Amino acid sequence: MSRDNILHRIRTALGRSAGQGVADPPPARIRIPDVDMEQRISTMFAAIEALAGKTHRAAAPADACGYVAAAIEGKSAVASNAPFLAECGISSLGGVRSGITDREELRGLCAAADVGITSADYALADTGSLVMIAGPHEARLVSLLPPAHIAVVPRDRILTGLDELLTVLPNPADVTSSMVLITGPSRTADIEQILVRGVHGPGQITVVVVG
Amino acid sequence: MSVEFDRKIHNTLADANLQLAIYAATGRLKDKRSETVTPDALPEYQELRTQANAIKKHTIENLDYYLEEFERNVEAHGGKVVYAKDGTEVADFVRALAKDRGARLIVKSKSMTTEEVDLNERLEHQGLEAVETDLGEYIVQLAHERPYHIVAPALHMTRYEVADLFTKRLNVPRETVIEKQTAIARAVLRQKFLAADIGISGANFLVAGSGAVVLIENEGNIRLTTSAPKIHIAIAGIEKMIPRAQDLATFLKLLGRSGTGQLLTVYTSFLSGPRRAGETDGPDEFYVVLLDNGRTRLLPDRGKRQSLYCIRCGACLNACPVYRKIGGHSFPWVYSGPIGAIITPQFMGVSHEPALPFASSLCGACAEVCPVKIDIPKVLLDLRSDVKKAEMREKRNRLEKLAFRAFAWLMTHPRLYEMAGRLAASAAPPDSSGWIRSVPAPMNIGPLRAWLSQRDLPPAPARSFREMWRRR
Repeated sequence: MSRDNILHRIRTALGRSAGQGVADPPPARIRIPDVDMEQRISTMFAAIEALAGKTHRAAAPADACGYVAAAIEGKSAVASNAPFLAECGISSLGGVRSGITDREELRGLCAAADVGITSADYALADTGSLVMIAGPHEARLVSLLPPAHIAVVPRDRILTGLDELLTVLPNPADVTSSMVLITGPSRTADIEQILVRGVHGPGQITVVVVG
Repeated sequence: MSVEFDRKIHNTLADANLQLAIYAATGRLKDKRSETVTPDALPEYQELRTQANAIKKHTIENLDYYLEEFERNVEAHGGKVVYAKDGTEVADFVRALAKDRGARLIVKSKSMTTEEVDLNERLEHQGLEAVETDLGEYIVQLAHERPYHIVAPALHMTRYEVADLFTKRLNVPRETVIEKQTAIARAVLRQKFLAADIGISGANFLVAGSGAVVLIENEGNIRLTTSAPKIHIAIAGIEKMIPRAQDLATFLKLLGRSGTGQLLTVYTSFLSGPRRAGETDGPDEFYVVLLDNGRTRLLPDRGKRQSLYCIRCGACLNACPVYRKIGGHSFPWVYSGPIGAIITPQFMGVSHEPALPFASSLCGACAEVCPVKIDIPKVLLDLRSDVKKAEMREKRNRLEKLAFRAFAWLMTHPRLYEMAGRLAASAAPPDSSGWIRSVPAPMNIGPLRAWLSQRDLPPAPARSFREMWRRR
């Protein structure tokens, strides 16, 4: 069987034996800068805008709801089951489908919708990334199939960056089968190095920070 | 140098448009990388490289341990790990699974590892449709070519060539606007994603402590490949391992910057097993195929083992004055540029293309930009020495073959044989001891001299067997 052959070859080549332990790997290099929340938000917005994403700061949940309502006017939208979207009143906006738990139904809706609306479990200030953890509240396809993605995030979920995320969540596999960082709209430069947005994922991304 | 290597190089050098395309594309990628790793932009750049090198060194030196840890964790999350020694085993696994699940259509995200084992061709032979979904890779697949560059597969093609290709293969009106070409591909591939039974991805990293596959991309095709179909198979070289999720804090910062000058690519997926209870979507089945295909052959050599640290960013291609002239398709295997020049001879054997390790000025630009600090020029020198040793062995074998052919000829010509025997007997008389201790100069060649240095020959009898037989 190839498994045993391959492991045997490796051990022979490295001078190791089956079941032998290892010394600790070099300590992980984690550096978390001290950045206050206002600075985090402005850094994050600058990073997102540099990637041609849109940003909006909403003072309160109701303001976020009004902003989203205007953005999706005349369009079809699917919202994830994130409690924060319900709290903002976004899940119950006219034209928004929400609360779907059936895979096939969700896939069909996402494939047809103009806009996917989600929250995010975290956001990363330095790179302008959204952290999407798949679970009962967030499905994978809502932020992926529609041509536009709007994420509504409470400000206290904004971390300084990847290092802080991996400190808060040292092993993402403990909580989900899928954690995705989204940094700007989908893009390609595969033909003549010319940048084109929205090749497979959403070509437009809007991040609304609440608070 | 093989005729083919020589011909491909000359064809590339003679093509002015191709020269310009390679030079412009690699130049842009090179500049974008440089901007993101300056001391102002990333003060800890050198520290990150040192850390990445140390982590890779540790992992490779204890690879069996981390493979087993990875396997345990994948299984704990409901996934399955399969080991494959070569492309045949990978294809056999996919075919058997597809057959069992009644699957026909496979969507694929870009993976150099599957290129390495010609997976698409193998699956097509078995009646499965495997569609590449990365835009560049899709174009290259339609053109029946290999990727030109690790991160920019269709770097060598113009929009006009893409227009012709789409018209011919997709039956669409000729379209030369790049945005619209992209939209055509999006529409065709979207249908494939929604209809596919299996998604096959590669892996940028395997996280032992999490049992997770980490994938980076800009288009979203990897997310679709790994989310939409009911089965996800990740195919990865065994060397992709890192110990912990926290090590990504080092590697992701280096990979995006080194490859395309991005702080992070648009999507980074951290996938560990099939969808769990409560998750609305995602695959029901999750497999990781761990591929050897020659990798274990690199492990015994402490010096060259570092070739397995590579994270496939492509920075060395863009920095290499040789790659920038001869391009990707001149290289004899799927991996091109400096990294191709060191791993091709080690995976395939130095005789695959003996000239390859010599096709370098040893300028060191590759080592300077390598995010995991592989000393590529040093490995090239070691490989040159291997090539020379192999050639010497080959030469010795040739002499030996020649000698045996001469001997066979003599043995099939009885008159000459007899004459040669008589000549030899009179030319090499015994000395005072009655034994032949040495032979005269023209016969005293290397192997015979060496043989006689330890042995004495009895003198030739006065009459040979043949003479006695005749006089009987």
